[in-house]
Amino acid sequence: MWKITAEAICHQFNQRIIFEGISFSLNSGQSLVLTGANGSGKTTLVRIICHLIRPQAGNITFFQDEREVTLHRLYPHIGLVGPYLQLYAQLTALENYKFFAKIRGLKIDLKLFKSFMAKMGLAGRELDELHTYSSGMMQRAKYVMALIHHPHILILDEPTVNLDESGTTLVYDIMREQKKDKILILATNEPEEFKFGDNQISLDA
Amino acid sequence: METTRFLWMRNAIIVFQKDIQLEFRSRYAVNAIFLFAITTLTAISFSIGPIRLHSNVLAPLLWIILFFSAMSGLSHIFVREEEQQTADTLRLVTSPNSIFIGKWLFNLVLLTVLEVLIIPIFMAMMSVSVENFLVFLSILLLGTIGLSSVATLIAAIIAQASAKGALFAVLSFPIALPILISGIHATRLAMDGEGFSNCLPDLQILFSFSVVIITLSLLLFEFIWRK
Repeated sequence: MWKITAEAICHQFNQRIIFEGISFSLNSGQSLVLTGANGSGKTTLVRIICHLIRPQAGNITFFQDEREVTLHRLYPHIGLVGPYLQLYAQLTALENYKFFAKIRGLKIDLKLFKSFMAKMGLAGRELDELHTYSSGMMQRAKYVMALIHHPHILILDEPTVNLDESGTTLVYDIMREQKKDKILILATNEPEEFKFGDNQISLDA
Repeated sequence: METTRFLWMRNAIIVFQKDIQLEFRSRYAVNAIFLFAITTLTAISFSIGPIRLHSNVLAPLLWIILFFSAMSGLSHIFVREEEQQTADTLRLVTSPNSIFIGKWLFNLVLLTVLEVLIIPIFMAMMSVSVENFLVFLSILLLGTIGLSSVATLIAAIIAQASAKGALFAVLSFPIALPILISGIHATRLAMDGEGFSNCLPDLQILFSFSVVIITLSLLLFEFIWRK
C-alpha cells in the first residue's frame, strides 16, 4: 500500500508566486488530475512531486505500508512521462532499456521488453537508435521506459502529446489500469482526460 | 538485498558505462580534447622551432596543454545531459552521488587516455627527457585525479548556465590553481631527476587537494544537481 502526502507546497520564480498552499494525499488506487492554464505551474508541481526540484516551502512525502520511503528507495517505484524528460537519443531502445533496468536494480528481461515495445506499437524497432524515431514514437518509447518496472506511482505530464489516435487510446488504457490499484497523477489541459482523476487540483485559482 | 552503499557504487559504474557508450557514438568530448591538444602542441612546436627548452619552461607548457585540453571537453559530461534534456531522466533513477562518481570516472578515464597519447608526442616534439620517470608518472596520476575532480564539479555547476564554455575555464582555473602550481613544480623536479623526497610536498598537496575536492563534491553535489 503506497501513499503520497503533499503539505502546503509553495513555489515561486523570482518574486512571482506560481502556487502556494497545495496539499493533497493519495493512496494506492487513487488518482489526481492537475489542471490549469499554460504557465499556471502544472509542470513545476509535477517536478516537485518527483523531487526533481525543491519547493520553496512545503513537503512531499512517500509512504509504503505506513513507513516513510527515502528518495533512494523511491527510484525503482516511480515512473514519469513528460515533454521535458528525454531518453538517450543516441542509444537504441534496447540500450536505453538495459540502462534503466540495470540502474533500477532489475533483471534484464528481453521478452518483457519486446512485449512492452509491441504493446506500444514499436515492435521491430528495438535496435534502432532513438534519434531515428518520430516524435510520436519517441513518446511511445518514453512509456515503455516509464512502465516496464511496473511503478507504484505513475506521473504523466501532458500524457497524450504527440500521440495519434491509437497512441492516445493506449495511454488511456494505461491510465485506467494504473488507477485500479496504484497511484496515478496526471497534469493535463485536455478536458477528456479529467475523468481519469478521482481528485482534481486546479492551479488557476 | 544490496545495501544503499553498494547500490550507489553499482549505479555509479552503470552511469559511467552509459557515458562511455554515448561517447563512442558521438565522440564529441574525445574529438574536442584531442584536437585542442594536438593543435596547441603543433602551434607551440612551430613557434619554438629547433630551440631546446629547459624544464622551467617545458613543465608549465605541458600543464597548460593538459589544463586547456581538459577545459575544452570535460564539461560535456553534464552539458550533454542538460542540452539533450536527459538530466531529469537521470535525476529520477539514481542518487546524485552515483551520478557524480560515474561522471568523474568518465572524465578521469578521458583525461588519462589524453595523457597517454599526448605526453609521448609532447616529449618527442619538444625533445623532453624525464630523468625520474616514476615521480613524473606519480605527479601525472595525482594531477589527473585532481583536474578531473575539479572539472566534473564545475561542469555540473555551469551545465545549467547560458555561457557555458567561457564560464567553465574561468571558474575552473582558480580552483585548479593548486594542482597547476604543484604539478608544474613537481614536474620540473622530475624532469631534472630529483627523487621522491624532494617532490613529496607537491605530491602531498596534489593528493590532499584531490581528496578535499572529491569529498566536498560528494557533500555539495546534491545541492548543485537538484535545482
